[in-house]
Amino acid sequence: MNNKDLSGWQLWALVVLRVAIGWHFLYEGITKLMNPDWSSLGYLMDSKGLFEGMFHSIAGNAAILNMMDFLNVWGLVLVGAGLIVGLFTRVASIAGMVLLAFYYLSHPAIIGVAYAIPSEGNYLWINKNLIELLTLWVIVLFPTWKIVGLDRFVFKK
Amino acid sequence: MNRRDLIKGLATVPVLGAMAYGTFRKRRQDHIKSHRLANELGMSNKNLVFSHYAHDGDAIRIGIIGYGIRGTQLMKAAGFVPPETIREWKEAGEKDSRNKRYEEFLQQDDLNVKITGVCDLFDVHAERAMAAAANTGREATGGTMGPRPKRYRTYQEMLAADDIDAVIIAAPDHWHARMTIDAAKAGKHVYGEKGFTRTLDEVYAVRDAVKESGITYQLGHQGRQTESYIKAKEAVEKNLLGKINLVEVCTNRNSPNGAWVYDIHPDANENTVDWVRFEEPCEVKHPWSPERFFRWRCWWDYGTGLSGDLLTHEYDAVNQILGMGIPESAVSSGGVYFYKEKEYYVNEIREVPDVWNAVLEYPHLDFTLMYSATLANNRDRGKVIMGHDASMEMGNNLSIYACSESTRYKEQINSGLIDPNVPIYTYIPGRKNVDSVATATEQYFASRGLLYTYRNGHRVDTTHLHIAEWIEAIREGKQPSCNIDRAFEEGITAAMATMAYRENRTVFWDKDKQQVTRG
Repeated sequence: MNNKDLSGWQLWALVVLRVAIGWHFLYEGITKLMNPDWSSLGYLMDSKGLFEGMFHSIAGNAAILNMMDFLNVWGLVLVGAGLIVGLFTRVASIAGMVLLAFYYLSHPAIIGVAYAIPSEGNYLWINKNLIELLTLWVIVLFPTWKIVGLDRFVFKK
Repeated sequence: MNRRDLIKGLATVPVLGAMAYGTFRKRRQDHIKSHRLANELGMSNKNLVFSHYAHDGDAIRIGIIGYGIRGTQLMKAAGFVPPETIREWKEAGEKDSRNKRYEEFLQQDDLNVKITGVCDLFDVHAERAMAAAANTGREATGGTMGPRPKRYRTYQEMLAADDIDAVIIAAPDHWHARMTIDAAKAGKHVYGEKGFTRTLDEVYAVRDAVKESGITYQLGHQGRQTESYIKAKEAVEKNLLGKINLVEVCTNRNSPNGAWVYDIHPDANENTVDWVRFEEPCEVKHPWSPERFFRWRCWWDYGTGLSGDLLTHEYDAVNQILGMGIPESAVSSGGVYFYKEKEYYVNEIREVPDVWNAVLEYPHLDFTLMYSATLANNRDRGKVIMGHDASMEMGNNLSIYACSESTRYKEQINSGLIDPNVPIYTYIPGRKNVDSVATATEQYFASRGLLYTYRNGHRVDTTHLHIAEWIEAIREGKQPSCNIDRAFEEGITAAMATMAYRENRTVFWDKDKQQVTRG
């Protein structure tokens, strides 16, 4: 992609979107990192839907749970930072989509389920995790990082 | 690389700086808030550490009297489960990895005790108790078993045996007094189930017998081991609640089992049950009734209904925290309002109420303790201590909310440091960092029992801890937490509440004469 494919406004709108998603990831990661009591245990135990059993068994095994907590926290931090500064952005975006897919599958917005945490909105099948996931797909397809981002230097021809 | 390249490549990097600044500001704000609040409240930020109760030395030899529902739970808490049950737990765990009953039981501390005697009037129960007692290796069916204990037809024979140091009494309430008095006379230590006794007179008789004998007595209110109650006591001592004026405790159940309409064992008949002995303490004798044998809690001949069975647990929890002792007066009312239809019973409809409320007055302490129970709705109404400055909700977690009209917190509420809708103090057992205010998410999950259940792979059974404390007290000649003095207070209080209902009048406690008087 080069400047000629997108108008200036189009390019910067996509960059701002990328940075905003990055911000969301990074701050979620940092708060978890700084809270010694944070664990995905409660969230996993509250899983519903098709993959409920899988998430519950992760929660039931202390070693796997600790590993998942570690991967999740550092995943959030690295994906967030990557999206913001535009470093290894493609990998970061895809990793972000994978994380969001896990969140969606553990708490799908399907008919007939209710979660411990009440939702702040009303969702049927589509929820914010899914929308954020789809937005990252757009980010992957429009490689803004080649222009705005450290990848500009990393992948310099 | 030209300047334009550089600017475009690094354009979004300053966003990280903004994130760092924002995070720093927010952290500082949260820290100041929680620190100021913690200083203000003066609660220690230390997590409670559970020390294991000591169990070295010779094995204590225990006899179990009564192996019904509660007797089975107590034996499990002491470390003994029938191999058949272990097999079921194992299979359930293999089918569903979330089912940890087997694992948890294996992790339960070995108390270094032996079950050397078993006494139950129903052959099937006695057999199962012996199988459990012999299962010293916590094996499933087919495993290697230890020596089988002796089965005694009467508890008196058990008390006369030399190889019994202590007894666990889980017989129906109408037997509690006789058994405890006889055990005390025989010099055997006693873990007694609640309610302490069935009648008022028995309360004094048991207390005197236990005190004279010097045995180690523990009453079965395992709530004494609940971690959050210890923190609750600290909060009251630090006067976080202000002047306490009302305490509200409740029981809410909604199933036939919860209302003591238990299953009747198909093998129970006059040949397998010693019915005559079961009814021995009763003034009026009844013909063989499997319904009365298994569902004895429904009739005054054997128990005191909600009073001895469930008010006592709630009362003892509050007594543990406030140490208020016996009330100056008691009134109570209620009735058989739900389980009144024939369809719930075989022959006889219950006598004891299924909806019942008792009000206990403490004018010398300026507060009322209100107990409210229904066996036909299980809405959780919690346990709340209300003071002029704050309310404390107690369960597995502990939450203290400032009162919006509080005098003590007035300034902090006005300045925004305290929000009456957000707890000023939360205690979630097992949480690493007591100092920081738990996030809303954390509180949500914790209140629903979704947190810390599997932390370190094990859940703590309070009944196990309560028995362990009793065993340690026997070994070290100490007084356990629910000793005979606490039991006396529980017994008198429950008797007053029962009398108030059955005689339909206010019942008073004369502290000087140590007597119950009628209004």
